[in-house]
Amino acid sequence: MTGRSEDGPPTGRWHDGSPPEQSTAQPSLLEEVLTARKDQGHKLLVPYLTGGMDDQWPLALEAVAAAGADAVEIGMPFSDPMIDGQTIQEASRRALDRATTPEGVLAEMGRSRVGIPTVVMTYYNLVFRAGHHRMAANMAASGVSGAIIPDLPLEELDPWSEAATPSGVATVLLVAPSTPEERMEAVCRRSRGFVYAVGRMGVTGEQAELAHTAQEVAARALRFSDIPVCVGVGVSTAEQAVAVCEVADGVVVGSALVRRLLDGGGPEAAAEFVSQLRRALDRG
Amino acid sequence: MTPTELMGDPGPGGCFGRFGGRFVPEALVAACVDLEQAFRAAWSDPAFRIELDRLLRHYGGRPTPVSRCPRLSEEIGVEVLLKREDLTHTGSHKLNNVVGQGLLARRMGKSRLIAETGAGQHGVATATAAALFDMECVVYMGEVDIGRQELNVFRMELLGAEVRPVASGSRTLKDAVNEALRDWVGSVVDTHYCLGSVMGPHPYPWMVREFQRVIGEEAREQCRELLGGGDPALVVACAGGGSNAAGIFAGFADDTAAALVAVEAAGGAALTGGLPGVLHGMRSALLQDEVGQILEAESISAGLDYPGIGPEHAHLADIGRARYHSATDQQVLDAFQVLARTEGIIPALESAHAIAWVLANAGTDELPLGSTVLVNLSGRGDKDVAQVRDLLRP
Repeated sequence: MTGRSEDGPPTGRWHDGSPPEQSTAQPSLLEEVLTARKDQGHKLLVPYLTGGMDDQWPLALEAVAAAGADAVEIGMPFSDPMIDGQTIQEASRRALDRATTPEGVLAEMGRSRVGIPTVVMTYYNLVFRAGHHRMAANMAASGVSGAIIPDLPLEELDPWSEAATPSGVATVLLVAPSTPEERMEAVCRRSRGFVYAVGRMGVTGEQAELAHTAQEVAARALRFSDIPVCVGVGVSTAEQAVAVCEVADGVVVGSALVRRLLDGGGPEAAAEFVSQLRRALDRG
Repeated sequence: MTPTELMGDPGPGGCFGRFGGRFVPEALVAACVDLEQAFRAAWSDPAFRIELDRLLRHYGGRPTPVSRCPRLSEEIGVEVLLKREDLTHTGSHKLNNVVGQGLLARRMGKSRLIAETGAGQHGVATATAAALFDMECVVYMGEVDIGRQELNVFRMELLGAEVRPVASGSRTLKDAVNEALRDWVGSVVDTHYCLGSVMGPHPYPWMVREFQRVIGEEAREQCRELLGGGDPALVVACAGGGSNAAGIFAGFADDTAAALVAVEAAGGAALTGGLPGVLHGMRSALLQDEVGQILEAESISAGLDYPGIGPEHAHLADIGRARYHSATDQQVLDAFQVLARTEGIIPALESAHAIAWVLANAGTDELPLGSTVLVNLSGRGDKDVAQVRDLLRP
């Protein structure tokens, strides 16, 4: 091999199954804003779109932010998006065909006038390759206040969170319907910003019906979480968002939005969909 | 990990030095933990070991012999011994792993096996195990590989498996792994993911190596018999993910002085040309660009067309216990023909990488004249004959 990432590979210091207690880090902008919105009685709406998927994506980002989102999640395109279904795979492929890079996505986010917290979703290899400190610093410099790294589980988290937390980047952790009770507690206690409850056992993608697991996993996470719990994966429509929010604090909506962009709807269609979700959630 | 024991138990974190681990989405963590616990229990259960041994003997055809190669040895001035995994049922070492995982899946109460395949050998082996254990079977295979291994597709279908073409990414092995993982996220309740190599999240790299360890343990005893108590100076195997190499190395790494050499495809050489990274649940050596996008491997042999290698290999390279080299497609084609002509054995194109390295290095400091080398002949070449004919007689 000819090299390694700048701050060296993480060594995985603890593998005895007991995560260290969360240090008393200051809450990030993401957590402050979402918690405040929740405390005011709002349901949280976090739309997702893939960075670089077309030449209008920065406009789409600003448009969904203005249409009533509480935070917005931007995906870094990765060559092997193994937890994503066909819609986000296609968006990732288009983004990579446009020679999109992680630094390019962050630079564009830094230039955008969003006005709400931004969260980056990225597969871990892009972070590992850049180096934890460099990626955390780049995110912070672009105003990003949260990170979701779906293939970085609790046991492997330390090297990243030690770089991210002091930079003001909250690491949002995921819980799934398959997460056992004890682990659910450990993940919820360690998560920052919000807890991302995966609504169904499966990859991202639109579903005709809301899985019965969506409310169940939210309810289980809420027992252990003192920060907001948002459900994503398989939440595709306003009706489904409202149903999930009978239990959850909010929703992440990805594929349904990305499909509208893939279909050429542009920032207008994206904004229209997000305001539709907003109105439905506000009506309850 | 016990620091003194090479190729031992990697412990609950699944770490091989700075490599390994379990980098999976939360939805799969519980399944990996369950699998690790089930494997740990089964592997220390004499009844499981006896049943596995019985199946490998009476169904799989083990033990496979170690053959001398008198004509080839004469030609190159080096004593070549072949561990004959090509004689295993289904034609490659892959059966050792799938019989083990199939038994384990049955013990865990799973009714469905899924697998990825490149050349089709692991897919055929998994379909075979599914038939043997009366389980449903779905095999993910890249469209490119389906094109070049049509017969293996039909073979899997004959065995009752469904082959699902994968059209994403490079449409080869790495994309088949992505698709199998995507299936598993949604099917984990009743499905076992029968991963084909010493890669992926913990416990796979360890578990698959243990199921392949039988190659090395047999070979060490067989070599001692043939060599009057001695060990070969070198043990050579091809490596894509690296399961046949791990299996044979496991018999020699800890308590012999044999040098260990793995041969990657020149177009898919994760250890000789890659960088540390995280893919498919493991931290290992990967072919990737400067920002971490995974690159597409390119090789004449579909089974080695993978941009990564198992984490334990990355560790063995790190500590210098094994060395990693590569062979070009042309060297491989030559070796394929040389072994056929001199010994009457047509090797799999994958295994021909190991032969190619021996041919290229016989008489050098790596492999001095008069030394003895054990080559793992991981599979037979029947599946490759049509492809090689097209390459030699275009």
